Amino acid sequence: MKLVTGIIQPHRLDDVKSALEAAGVRGMTVSEASGYGRQKGHTEVYRGAEYTVDLVPKVRIEVLVDDADATAVTEVIVKAAQTGKIGDGKVWTVPVDDVARVRTGEHGPGAL
Amino acid sequence: MEWDTGATAWMLTSASLVLLMTPGLAFFYGGMVRAKSVLNMMMMSFGAMAVVGVVYVLWGWSMSYGEAGTGGLVANPFAQFGLSGAITDADGSAVASTLGNYPNVVDIAFQVTFAIITVALISGALADRVKFGTWLAFTAVWVTVTYFPLAHMVWGGGFLSGNENGLAAMIFGVTDGAATVAPIDFAGGTVVHINAGVAALVLAILIGKRKGFGKEPMRPHNLPFVMLGAALLWFGWFGFNAGSAFGANETAGLAWVNTTSATAAGIIGWLLTEKIRDGHATSLGAASGVVAGLVAITPAAGALNPVTSIVLGLVAGALSALAVGLKYRFGYDDSLDVVGVHLVSGLWGTVAIGFLATDTGLFFGGGAQQLVVQILIALVAIVFSAATTLVIGLILKVTMGWRVSEDAEVGGIDLAVHGETAYESIQQGSVIKEVRA
Repeated sequence: MKLVTGIIQPHRLDDVKSALEAAGVRGMTVSEASGYGRQKGHTEVYRGAEYTVDLVPKVRIEVLVDDADATAVTEVIVKAAQTGKIGDGKVWTVPVDDVARVRTGEHGPGAL
Repeated sequence: MEWDTGATAWMLTSASLVLLMTPGLAFFYGGMVRAKSVLNMMMMSFGAMAVVGVVYVLWGWSMSYGEAGTGGLVANPFAQFGLSGAITDADGSAVASTLGNYPNVVDIAFQVTFAIITVALISGALADRVKFGTWLAFTAVWVTVTYFPLAHMVWGGGFLSGNENGLAAMIFGVTDGAATVAPIDFAGGTVVHINAGVAALVLAILIGKRKGFGKEPMRPHNLPFVMLGAALLWFGWFGFNAGSAFGANETAGLAWVNTTSATAAGIIGWLLTEKIRDGHATSLGAASGVVAGLVAITPAAGALNPVTSIVLGLVAGALSALAVGLKYRFGYDDSLDVVGVHLVSGLWGTVAIGFLATDTGLFFGGGAQQLVVQILIALVAIVFSAATTLVIGLILKVTMGWRVSEDAEVGGIDLAVHGETAYESIQQGSVIKEVRA
């Protein structure tokens, strides 16, 4: 099993969600995140005083998938989240040792 | 007595409108501070309402409008202590207002609201770092030593009024028992805005900067609050300015229209300055332009026409937008720009009357005399406010102390001083202790 995590632009969330549903993904976790990449943050001006905001708002999507689906799911997220502009985000995959479904207590791929 | 019920109703409405300005100010200021100190910021406005609302009834009215003392500096606080003789006379009849055909108690209602908002304005310079008890003590003392005497000097027939013994009469003489060139302060350019602005500057220097000022970001935590506060201030300001006609009449109408045209122009002046200087027209700029325009038209609302009011407001917005940067240049932490907005636009409005007043202004064939009088009353107000505020501020510094501890300031004054926080992202706490009886 794999955990696919995507950090994306907040305004791309709906498209990514729809694309993942269309690709057969049955569940996901979405949370608000903030951070910066190579582009750094942005500047805001309040009554003429400039503030550099390093940490910009992002959305984190987490999807648990079978090993065989990890690459395809990653590609779905990348395609749906892409705007071509700086700050589009990152998607990565990490191995997962075990998963348990809280309701039934079952473990492993069946709990996905 | 047959009262003018229209005037009575309008003045009571105006008093209520002006009272609404102070909670409006709480939103305006509250939105501009960080999330950890919004409650304290709002509490300073509510504290001013609490203290001044009591003090005004006890000796504030008497000191402002009671039996005049010597030198035209302040009226006798004991002559009408507790409003004795100010509402009903010895026969039990209602005392009439000296300003319009309505009961005097209506004037008392109107004037207390001015005293409240003036003190509350100062709190914007003291964000995040001042002991609440010291603020309440300051409120009581400052309104007594600084505000009431200045209100008496300007509006109560004292030294800065058109009275025959006043400053203006000394310079340009007396005609028919009053100064030939009377100072114009329609609704409080000197008493309210210059006064509060100078006090804010003195206290900001005396108390010192917020920890991290100029280094850490201190962004407004809720700009919609700021916009809401500016809107409430504008609405309430109709009572402030149109109410200062002391009747439901054409002067009130003119003041209403002038207030709107100057304020609208104030927004444009501020936003244009921002767009040129910073590249963006911001919501904080629009809200600030509202206040700058309102402040500038306050002394002038009855003396200008709607077109000259636009000129006044445009310049006020631009001037204040530029002036808010002075605190960084000179290194004083006027946290929410009381000096940049109220002192600068208050001064501009007071002095601009000398140029723009419909009958007596320099640009309208009135010569330079009105201008000279306006500059002089502004200067006297500055010196008086600065001197008295400095003495009060120093005494409180060595007695009660002004600053909260560094830990309280860094951790958030709301929690440290009031035992409350404004926001929780995740619900915390699990046990509810029984409420103590």
